Amino acid sequence: MSNTLQIVWLIPFLPLIGFLINGLGRKQLSKTLAGIIGSGVILGSFLISVFIFFQVKNGNNAIIHFFDFINTGTLKVGFDFQIDQLSSLFLLIITGIGFLIHVYSTSYMHDEEAKDFAKYFAYLNLFIFSMLLLVMGGNYIIMFIGWEGVGLCSYLLIGYWFKDNTNNDAAKKAFIMNRIGDVGFLLAVFWLISKLGTADYHEVFANTTKLSSFDISGITLLLFLGATGKSAQIPLYTWLPDAMAGPTPVSALIHAATMVTAGIYMIARSNILFTMAPATQTVIAVIGLATAVIAATIALKQDDIKKVLAYSTVSQLGYMFLGLGVGAYTGAVFHVMTHAFFKALLFLGAGSVIHAMGGEQDMRNMGGLKKYMSITHLTFLIGCLAIAGMPPFAGFFSKDEILAAAFAKNPVYWTVGVLTAFMTAFYMFRLYGMTFLGKFRGTHDQEHHLHESPFAITIPLIILAILAIIGGWIGIPEVFMHGGHRLETFLEPIFEQSNQLVSSGNLKQELSHTTEYILMAVSVIGALVALLYAWNKYSKYQKSTNPETGISNVLTNKWYVDELYDSIVVKPMQSIANFFNTVIEKKSIDGVVNGVGKAVNYSSRQIRLLQTGQVSAYMLMMVIAILLLFIIQLFL
Amino acid sequence: MDPQNISITFPHALIFFPLLAGLITFLLKKNAAVKYWALISSFITLGISAFSLYYADNKALSGLAFNYEWLKHIGASFSVALDGVGRLLTLLTAISFPIIFIATHKNEFKNSNIFYGLLLLTQAGLMGVFVATDALLFYFFWELAIIPVYFLCSQWGGEKRIQATFKFFIYTFTGSLLMLVGIIYMYQHTSPIHDIAGNLISAHSFALTYFYSAQLTFIEQNWLFWLFFIAFAVKMPIFPFHTWQPDTYEQSPTAVTMVLSGIMVKMGLLGVIRWLLPMFPLAVVKFDYLVIGLAVIGIVYASLLAIRQDDLKRLVAYSSIAHIGLMAAGLFALKQIGVEGVMVQMFNHGINIIGFWIVIDLIEKQLGVRKISQLGGLAHKAPILTIMLVVIAFANIALPLTNAFVGEFMMFSGLFQFNIWFAVVAMLSVILAAVYTLAMVQKVFYGQVNAITTIFKEISLNERIALSIVVVAIFLAGVYPQPLFNLTKDSVADIITRFK
Repeated sequence: MSNTLQIVWLIPFLPLIGFLINGLGRKQLSKTLAGIIGSGVILGSFLISVFIFFQVKNGNNAIIHFFDFINTGTLKVGFDFQIDQLSSLFLLIITGIGFLIHVYSTSYMHDEEAKDFAKYFAYLNLFIFSMLLLVMGGNYIIMFIGWEGVGLCSYLLIGYWFKDNTNNDAAKKAFIMNRIGDVGFLLAVFWLISKLGTADYHEVFANTTKLSSFDISGITLLLFLGATGKSAQIPLYTWLPDAMAGPTPVSALIHAATMVTAGIYMIARSNILFTMAPATQTVIAVIGLATAVIAATIALKQDDIKKVLAYSTVSQLGYMFLGLGVGAYTGAVFHVMTHAFFKALLFLGAGSVIHAMGGEQDMRNMGGLKKYMSITHLTFLIGCLAIAGMPPFAGFFSKDEILAAAFAKNPVYWTVGVLTAFMTAFYMFRLYGMTFLGKFRGTHDQEHHLHESPFAITIPLIILAILAIIGGWIGIPEVFMHGGHRLETFLEPIFEQSNQLVSSGNLKQELSHTTEYILMAVSVIGALVALLYAWNKYSKYQKSTNPETGISNVLTNKWYVDELYDSIVVKPMQSIANFFNTVIEKKSIDGVVNGVGKAVNYSSRQIRLLQTGQVSAYMLMMVIAILLLFIIQLFL
Repeated sequence: MDPQNISITFPHALIFFPLLAGLITFLLKKNAAVKYWALISSFITLGISAFSLYYADNKALSGLAFNYEWLKHIGASFSVALDGVGRLLTLLTAISFPIIFIATHKNEFKNSNIFYGLLLLTQAGLMGVFVATDALLFYFFWELAIIPVYFLCSQWGGEKRIQATFKFFIYTFTGSLLMLVGIIYMYQHTSPIHDIAGNLISAHSFALTYFYSAQLTFIEQNWLFWLFFIAFAVKMPIFPFHTWQPDTYEQSPTAVTMVLSGIMVKMGLLGVIRWLLPMFPLAVVKFDYLVIGLAVIGIVYASLLAIRQDDLKRLVAYSSIAHIGLMAAGLFALKQIGVEGVMVQMFNHGINIIGFWIVIDLIEKQLGVRKISQLGGLAHKAPILTIMLVVIAFANIALPLTNAFVGEFMMFSGLFQFNIWFAVVAMLSVILAAVYTLAMVQKVFYGQVNAITTIFKEISLNERIALSIVVVAIFLAGVYPQPLFNLTKDSVADIITRFK
């Protein structure tokens, strides 16, 4: 069958080629060339993705088989790509935003040595490649290749400046925390294989009736464990803020276009399984909400510009999981998309600020940057408005959709969610105020160097700012405009099975238009108040030397979660390992063996007397031994 | 030439060529001549192996068999076959030796002719173990493979080589003796051999098929199972029979460690697949929880110990114990998917661990230390080596698209089908492997250069070639593992059906 979709192999293949060229030729390539190759391949992938997207929009979707990855008697895993509405949408996000981040990096990373510069682009391309495999795979195993691949790339990129061991620690932490989640993912896949004999999406989703409700609950909970690792949810979220150790564009890539959206994608992809497991859905909603609140509270007290953004990502991801948990799959995917726009914008904007400040990330030493960097300032403001959920910016529509669905499910979800939204508005405008408003608080040297960033940095910012404004308009809620939610219409086939199940069980609660208006008004007005309060307060910010006390100290120290994990997981594990190493291994097992050894040594000293050194004597003993064997044989 | 005729000679050529090459090596005088002869002969063996697999017909399992009536009247024959169980292991044996010889080309040994000669004899013995379909022959090759190692360790090893060799000797020798008793007992319970005319040739037989159909009671199966199991468990090793391994790996010359850890541990696994499982099906089913329990304990135990090791060699040794434990668990779980995973993993594990030893050996050669705490910052000095090592390290933790992923995935999958909780506990090693491997990479290669590592230089050509072969093999088998499955899957199906 010849299908125009066949060319999709080029989408991941181009970044792979970019990785190989930049990786192998890193010593020969000039910076310009490395940058052009690195960005060019992603542009190529993006253009093909656009083409594919319109193909899919016109109803052309397919599963494309390339070769057998594993084909044995009991398991058949094809190297298959599944091209449909969901994957084509993610392709656009990954390659589109990915391309902008590549372009931005050509300028941001320009101070690196040429070979490190090429290595950086090689890793970046590999990252995109892995993420593309993740969303294009036609079964859970190909997805897992990408799934672990992005883990690897985040490890390589977070530890990119490997001379500093804190970066290496952060990289290692990211990988290991992800691995914990990966074990959950793998167990879920084993479960599927043991029950259905396959890990292909279309076969699994067509045969869900063969699974008991216990199976489905188990599988979905394990898959969700996998998602908590990749998408930084409780209990595995602590790696993401540490991942700030990498170069800033990498943070943008991890937080916006790739990696953290993997968990959302996976659950959206498996939506029918989750819809069939209401218990799991409740777990997801509660964990998502808890993560959203806790991360937001931590973000209130962070002074590192990237840390604030990192916790805001964790918090926003919590919203997405809330959406998934209440069955608002479209809303979650919608928020992935709008979040990708404004979070990439915010990170790249923060990078522009850090660049101008000569590497400074502490907001207490910033302030008043508005007058030095007008483009960065304006685009950043748009990003802040979008994440704060101000209409008509992108974040408003997607966040509102999730909150409305949460209210329909349980008003408590909505209440907590909307309080988190107020906190979001507050800490984002705290960040904005401390960075751009007021007086400059850095050193004189820094002030002298302040400048607007070059075009390679500002143009991606402008594009992302436009997207952060208009990106939400493809999902205008029914109350404003009939048929305005074009994304929902587009994604309909993906969630069809789930929707049918929900409507057949009369599980769907519709909100009246009045209720929806009231909910929206509360969230917008509340956020606006928080925003203005923060604006007012932090435009007059002064460095204070008073030590933090009470709850704000707890928040500054991120609820001491790292310390908690250290004392309940890391330390006990090391003690057990020590105990095994010294007591069991050396004293017990080796003790027995060495005891046997000593016994043998002793008896051999006695038996040595038999060793006369004469061959005839040995022969005699052999004969006696053989005779003995035969005698024993007779009695057996 | 008729391929059929060629193919018939392959399995015994795999044994006799290295044997002959080894004996010739003893006679060579010049150091350089010894090294080049060993290298060339190992390539010829690789050629023989590659050809034999090229002609291997998946459907005819006994297609590549050779049978010579050796000690006819006691029912022993020189019978060898290249079936799906042994194919990848002979290939591993054939491919490993050239890599080892290239990587250690610049290492100097006293009496190099004896050293290389003994190594080649070991290769012959290993090949024999992997192709023998006669119990006496199997035992003979088992010893032929191990005995040279005693000499290699005790003569060319490190400071504590005598103690290490002694421990190794006690463990393996005990195992071998128990197995010998088992073989003799089995032999006594085989049916007689008759010729076509119906005349009695021998009252009993050592042939594999006769051993499979030996008349054993359930009780006999039970204790015979343990005689063989201990021999194989020591070789693999399975917890708690493993403590010889870190010591021996640490003290042996690196070339020998590579053979021991890359190939020789698979003797135990092969023994289980070809001999133990089919001979005592009832006992296997009776003891499966116990054996898999030990294996799973060993996986977690060894992974935890690996975290505490400061010596690079001991770290890799414990990591390997964990990996082999998983293979043992995958075998005894007796699920087709898991056993297929074991088959490809036996091959891939060998490649990866040899890669590790090459890196450790060259660090030790250059700096004279193996302590992780004394190293650091090698990535500044040797970026190419670092890339290779990082690839091997990620293969060690079974990252997808490296060779170890598929096998590990299938073994865990098989174990999951056997018992979910065993799989859950064993999968702790997936996390722990990342912990100790990445910590090692970080402490040795990243961070700042220190006083010891400041003299470190980029790798030389021969090491680069050897490591490149390893890295290419890692990706080839990782991206397209299907050819490996094709070589083994029918034999696996054959074994599994015995238990249905």
